[in-house]
Amino acid sequence: MESVRVVCYLNQFFGQLGGEDKAGVGPQIVKGPVGPARAVEQALGGAGTVVATVRCGDNYVAEQTERAIAEMLALVVAERPGLVVAGPAFLAGRYGIACGALCAAVQAALGIPAVTGMHVENPGVDLYRRQVYIVQTGAEAARMLEDVQKIVALGLKLVRGEPLGAPAVEGYFARGVTRHTVVEHNAAERAVAMLTAKLAGQPFASEVPLPDFPRIPAPRLLKTLAGATIALVTDGGFVPQGNPDGIEPLNATRYGAYSIEGKSGLDASQYDNVHRGYDTTYVKQDPHRLLPVDVAREMEQQGAIGKLHDTVYSTTGVATTLAHSARMGREIAEQLRAAGVDAVILTST
Amino acid sequence: MTPVAVMVGANRIVAAAGIIHPLGNTELSAEDEKALRRRIVERALQALRTEVAQPTVFGGE
Repeated sequence: MESVRVVCYLNQFFGQLGGEDKAGVGPQIVKGPVGPARAVEQALGGAGTVVATVRCGDNYVAEQTERAIAEMLALVVAERPGLVVAGPAFLAGRYGIACGALCAAVQAALGIPAVTGMHVENPGVDLYRRQVYIVQTGAEAARMLEDVQKIVALGLKLVRGEPLGAPAVEGYFARGVTRHTVVEHNAAERAVAMLTAKLAGQPFASEVPLPDFPRIPAPRLLKTLAGATIALVTDGGFVPQGNPDGIEPLNATRYGAYSIEGKSGLDASQYDNVHRGYDTTYVKQDPHRLLPVDVAREMEQQGAIGKLHDTVYSTTGVATTLAHSARMGREIAEQLRAAGVDAVILTST
Repeated sequence: MTPVAVMVGANRIVAAAGIIHPLGNTELSAEDEKALRRRIVERALQALRTEVAQPTVFGGE
């Protein structure tokens, strides 16, 4: 088999341009391997050659992703690679997202395999695991060579069209692909074996792993209610007429912030509801059935709460991905905290 | 939907009045409906002041 032409992608740090001060640097290409791309070259053995390394600052990609990916893709294409290796990004979030985005773009544009590696908690994993083969790495670069070897081994298998084993066997994150396989024992036998292992306190692996929802510590509102600023947030699809922020009816990636300053309640004629996961007839008739601005305002005036926050936040919680939910929640929480809000009531349908 | 909220790890959960109108009930008079809404909001506010160590459901309508 002829030697595979490999292009590597690295951020400014691993690409040896510099630290955060160089994070704004745009894409550039150097001939041959740089930094971790040398480990890629080594792992390839005789099977291939790193013909070029593309490097780019993390902020440059994060701040204008579409443009940055298009520019990097052009550099990659010019090298006529048979395989692209991005990262590994370990636990670096911006870098991980950039690796995932570039791999997805390369696959779509060139129809060649593109592989990367990340730590399980890198946000790039949830965003790109379905499109891109992402090898599970450690959090830091301590075992770079070992991680790179796994990435390269997977990449070469893809190049050669060799059949891949299950994610746990090959060391990549499950892509949500279901494949028929013939197993030795039927489902009943496997279930009983699993149960007996569990009863015996022995390790066993479920065949249907559930998503892992991290436990979030629960701070308690320490101020008295009469001294606290309370905000209202909803995932029930509440929007002003015309849906100015274009919040999606399902699978939301956006949320809106709407002023209720000085309002004693919500005038139904000024609002709409775009949620496509429940019958919104009744909350359109009276938005208070979703967002209790009327009683919260009364309680503010009566002194039962210190202040009702002037802005309500809204999105649609239906078929919304965990990754987007977590991001929107984080962004909303940051804005609420900056505004001095003490606690939130989130109404959900 | 409170079992879902518990499963995903929401810490303080108040059982409200239903999926299609969590803070209302179309079978009540406007006045009673608003009173219902106020009870749910008050329960939520009390929940915020309550120490919890794990996902906890507070009351229901």
